[in-house]
Amino acid sequence: MLKRMGGEVDATGAVVPIKNADFPAPFKSELEYSCSARGTWNIVHTGFLVPEAHEIFACAAGCLRGVVLTAAEMNAQDRFSTIEIRENNVLEGDMEDLLIEGVTDILNKLPYKPRAVLLYTSCIHHFIGCDLPLCYARLRERFPDIDFTDCYMNPIMRKSGLTPDQLMRRGLYALLKQRDIDDSHINIIGNNIATDKDSELIQMLEQAGYTITEIHDCHNYDAYQQMASAAFNICYNPVGKAGGEELEKRLGQKLLYLPLSYQPAEILGTYEKMTKILGMEMPDLSAKTDALTAALSHAKEVIGETPITIDYTATMRPLSLARALLEHGFNVTALYIDSFSGEEKGDLAWLQAHFPELPVYATVQVKMRVLPRETCEKTLAIGQKAAYFTGTPYFVNIVECGGYYGFSGFCKLLALMEDAFLHEKDTRKLIQIKGLGCGCV
Amino acid sequence: MRQTARIISTYTADVSGVNSALFELGGMTVMHDASGCNSTYNTHDEPRWYDHDSLVFLSGISEMEAIMGDDEKLISDIVSAAEQLKPRFIAVAGTPIPMMIGTDFKAVASVVEKRTGIPAFGFATNGMHTYVEGASMALAGIADRFVTEKMPRTADISVNLLGVTPLDFSVNRSAAHLRTVLEKYGISTVSNWAMGDDLDTLMQASAAHVNLVVSGAGMGAAKVLRERFGIPYVIGRPYGDWTETLVNSIRLAPKTGDNLSPQTDRANTSAVIIGEAVSAVSLANALKVETGIAFRAISATEARKIMFGTSDCIARDEDELLPLLEGAKYIIADPLYQPICPKSARFIRLPHEGFSGRIFRDEIPDMTEDISYITRQLV
Repeated sequence: MLKRMGGEVDATGAVVPIKNADFPAPFKSELEYSCSARGTWNIVHTGFLVPEAHEIFACAAGCLRGVVLTAAEMNAQDRFSTIEIRENNVLEGDMEDLLIEGVTDILNKLPYKPRAVLLYTSCIHHFIGCDLPLCYARLRERFPDIDFTDCYMNPIMRKSGLTPDQLMRRGLYALLKQRDIDDSHINIIGNNIATDKDSELIQMLEQAGYTITEIHDCHNYDAYQQMASAAFNICYNPVGKAGGEELEKRLGQKLLYLPLSYQPAEILGTYEKMTKILGMEMPDLSAKTDALTAALSHAKEVIGETPITIDYTATMRPLSLARALLEHGFNVTALYIDSFSGEEKGDLAWLQAHFPELPVYATVQVKMRVLPRETCEKTLAIGQKAAYFTGTPYFVNIVECGGYYGFSGFCKLLALMEDAFLHEKDTRKLIQIKGLGCGCV
Repeated sequence: MRQTARIISTYTADVSGVNSALFELGGMTVMHDASGCNSTYNTHDEPRWYDHDSLVFLSGISEMEAIMGDDEKLISDIVSAAEQLKPRFIAVAGTPIPMMIGTDFKAVASVVEKRTGIPAFGFATNGMHTYVEGASMALAGIADRFVTEKMPRTADISVNLLGVTPLDFSVNRSAAHLRTVLEKYGISTVSNWAMGDDLDTLMQASAAHVNLVVSGAGMGAAKVLRERFGIPYVIGRPYGDWTETLVNSIRLAPKTGDNLSPQTDRANTSAVIIGEAVSAVSLANALKVETGIAFRAISATEARKIMFGTSDCIARDEDELLPLLEGAKYIIADPLYQPICPKSARFIRLPHEGFSGRIFRDEIPDMTEDISYITRQLV
């Protein structure tokens, strides 16, 4: 078990042995702490995946501050504008006028004409009952050659219905316009990080004659619109699923939800499901499974009994990963997770049965602010938060699984673990960079 | 159109100003917000976050709690955290939705104080003002609550430095340098509000002869200390040779009892500085003293008339700023202003943590003693 050094505050309330962890929320909802790990993407980063789109945020200055500097750190200020809501707007109720005239003013002043505008409204619009359909209708009348879509920065809704992250990933594809379906075209949707091209997922589909598109492949707005022709949308990220469901309803594109997994049997099952639905022959993947077995053995040989910690930002399936590593003899000593996703229920039960004392730490619980962030022995962390809370320079610097999917993806993750074990990183510097992989400085 | 920004950034908000001002004082600050304010604060507004475990948290207010006006959840969560962490004081600061639902922060603080026995403050910030307002409110709260005892004045002339946060002074040793520069003129510092000194030191503030308001964030505390102890204040930030003029005012103020805001004659301005009011005006005065060039200071944050010389003004929006920049020979401002500046002007980068956050932090100069970083660019 992870041993913490020193400290006067005990960890009660911030950690629970997994056997006592409730599903889906193992910790009480109280005041929240936000640690310095910033590698996960926010709605600004995600929105910029739509090529030739301009983002306009309408909210109070305090809410604008984080997003405007996100854009600045991406050096993307020229694709980003703001409308500041002040007290008089709340008191006078002129929110619609401010939104319509503000967007108009900005678009008239831009030195270029964007193909699309992602207009982000906020909690204030929601609470004041702003007539957003009216606003969008007026803007579409005024700018008929620009596509507008509704995006949201309303974190007050994060505990009711779809979260802002889910809404954003759904909004990424809301601009797609109906066109003829091409049965040989498949999209992968819902990811901030592009899927690794070496994945057997992509290779299998390409070998079967499919064209695969992810939003990251679209270098202009016309290419992005081509995504509307895909017959299927594959999604493996739980927060992207709502977007796939919306596309199924709106454009008739079938959703193939194939959750990420680190369990070989589950990965195989996923591919069997996919090939069956697509009417493909299931290829022989024994070489892939053998490669994974070899990669696990090699990594175990290198890493040995070194304590391993995992956090929820590194992968959408931290429990699946922990289970796979523990099954293969790795010494997983702590998890950093605030809540469990539905996909992980089976893995949670397995871990509770086989490793009941495995500690699960909250990342937002207030004591995490002051509990010592160091360990008494060399520790390998998978994810930025795990690295931060254990104070280790040996960490795998990925978010959202790094785009590594399937057997090949797990092999690549194991290679990253070996590399992280052997080479120190500048944790302090690296984890404070926003939106890992999006080009932030 | 006012309130729109095609391209420029926005200043740190009032709620982060509260956090920043109280960061080193051993309290616990709670932002009553759904989410977002916490990561914005600790990423862009707080350079000390990684290395100092100050207690700044978020309430995580939900839609249902807002609709139902459920203050009890906020109060009980604060009480629970305070029992676990035992801060010296508790501060609760607001954001837009609490403002819309009319959260009574003073009442919340009062209940928290009764339940915990820990001094508590409620600050009705709403995320619609800049950090200057929030930090000023917070430091005034500290002065009002903790500086209650009239201490004997120090034998030699001394000051409290009011309004020192990384949002204006970054973390490049400017804050500490204020003290050493004043020492060279024989002026000691009783307390620094609030970088480098703890709450116990701030509680000695009534021993000072003068309050030196080095940023707008110090105004609230200056007024409290003036009212309670009769301590006059001088407004100005030490910059290069200008410090001598400030020091003369510091020596004069206790004799006359007047609050002072020394200015140079800066009529017929041909150049512009954009920034926080006290810093921008003080730098304009310093440049006038050292180069003879008259700069107009434009405050993009809240300011009071007393801070300004005759040519200075407030302008917050792009459309307000643009006409003021026309024809300027020099423009000194944060690099994120450059896209709206006329190309005919020579643009001199002066990064400001309160505007561009951490992006240009390594470039932020310490000009407390020497402003040649700017003067050598005025060719």
